[in-house]
Amino acid sequence: MKVRELAHARTGDKGNISNISVIAFDAAGYARLHAQLTVERLARHFASLAPERVERYDLPTIRAFNFVLHGVLAGGVTRSLALDAHGKCLGSYMLELELPDDWAGSGCGR
Amino acid sequence: MTSIRIGSGAGYSGDRIDPAVELAEHGDIRYLGFECLAERTIALAQLARLTDPDAGYDPLLDARFRAVLPVCHRRGITVITNMGAANPAAAARRTREIARELGLSGLKIAYIAGDDVLARVRDDEFELMETGAPASSLGDRIISANAYLGMAPIIEALRAEADVIITGRVADPALFAAPIVHEFGWPTDDWRRMGQATVVGHLLECAGQITGGYFADPGYKDVAGLARLGYPLAEVDADGSAVITKVAGSGGCVTPATCSEQLLYEIHDPARYLTPDVIADFSQVRLEPDGPDRVRVVGAGGRARPERLKVSIGYRDGFIGEGQISYGGAGAVERGRLALDIVRERLALTGVACDEIRAELIGLNALFEGQADQYPPEVRARVAGRTASAQAAACIGNEIEALYTNGPAGGGGSQKSVREVIAVASTLLARSAVSPAVHCLEV
Repeated sequence: MKVRELAHARTGDKGNISNISVIAFDAAGYARLHAQLTVERLARHFASLAPERVERYDLPTIRAFNFVLHGVLAGGVTRSLALDAHGKCLGSYMLELELPDDWAGSGCGR
Repeated sequence: MTSIRIGSGAGYSGDRIDPAVELAEHGDIRYLGFECLAERTIALAQLARLTDPDAGYDPLLDARFRAVLPVCHRRGITVITNMGAANPAAAARRTREIARELGLSGLKIAYIAGDDVLARVRDDEFELMETGAPASSLGDRIISANAYLGMAPIIEALRAEADVIITGRVADPALFAAPIVHEFGWPTDDWRRMGQATVVGHLLECAGQITGGYFADPGYKDVAGLARLGYPLAEVDADGSAVITKVAGSGGCVTPATCSEQLLYEIHDPARYLTPDVIADFSQVRLEPDGPDRVRVVGAGGRARPERLKVSIGYRDGFIGEGQISYGGAGAVERGRLALDIVRERLALTGVACDEIRAELIGLNALFEGQADQYPPEVRARVAGRTASAQAAACIGNEIEALYTNGPAGGGGSQKSVREVIAVASTLLARSAVSPAVHCLEV
């Protein structure tokens, strides 16, 4: 299952750092993402951007996570050569991440 | 005072104007904030001021104020905006002219100076947060340095009963937090309340981004009426809790989902959101439904404000040249790749020095490099490169354009551009080195 079926996302940027929120549609989705959307898995998904460091912050009160990817914006919006210099599209790419299907929890989905 | 209503009329410099007029006309608001100053915008504005001492404020200030000042004046709505950018004094003078042209009188226009700390940054040794190098290593390439001011000078202007308050660089949430703190008379070292005022400001600062703008994803997150998206307003109670809502009948939506996305927008550690006024803690915020298009926000906290202020330094950083051309139909990807190879080889052959180059096929690998493997019906070849001179930058687009008669078959729709890069770096400066000042003009 892709993250997209469990959550929505928005991307922000500050300098050369991208932050991507992942917000679960419901409690079951949050539980699964909490277990499966690890920093390591996410770093592999974004490997082509060669993040220097990835951090995850959990916000259980709103069933959300904030991922902070350092060094992924080609120098940041003012000097990046990228077509999407803000990295605005990265959140949609996050939703494409495929989660392992060995999840034992129940009641997933929207 | 039990509750105040604050609207957000812009989330960036080029934002729509009619939703702000709608808020002023029908939002029953007491304050209307306009956040129009991105990190890169102030450096570009400083560049404009270098060539014209009366320039350097927001390019849409005229259009925006012509549209909203009459209704705000009529309804007693105080306007707070950072449209002053690099030149709040000139922005205030221009606003006075506009008010006169509109026949408005009895208007007090305040502007806030003191965020420009260029002289200070040139004279002393400051470390750049991004690289650890001294700011002096940028030498005469530095064109601007602006410290992020907090809400204090805005509150001072509110106490002076200003009708329009124009700032340069201030922390974005302060535009909205200042009237909350002013109305309720909160002590500015009540960190929990400063955190709550800051979360309201942060939620409002991007305008339509919390009312369903930048949110729609058909089939997953449907939003009605995006062409007439309503901008948000907050009803803030004396205990600091707030409801985010919008004008009834406007397009868009306000839900816990839209508010969650905006809560985390451009945030790193949610428990440590640094502003000049407080280290805000959003990690325990709750977003509760409170009726249709109404979401209650509670639970923000805070700790003592940082000792030093963040400073954005703008500096000249060479040029970017770019060219694009499209290939479609049979073999489009192969011809596109050939085009990129030709341009790379030509730039090497003709000795165009690029510090960095990016060659890609839009529709195949421009957004998620190395990830796409599907072959589309068309691609757009794009080459962008960083150079020391404008002349060298121009060569890149010229080589793309020359593909018309020298490259693969069937290229079409070539475009090219050159722009000077004004990059931004950050440093920290002691509060004591910054002296905000409020000045007033009257009509």
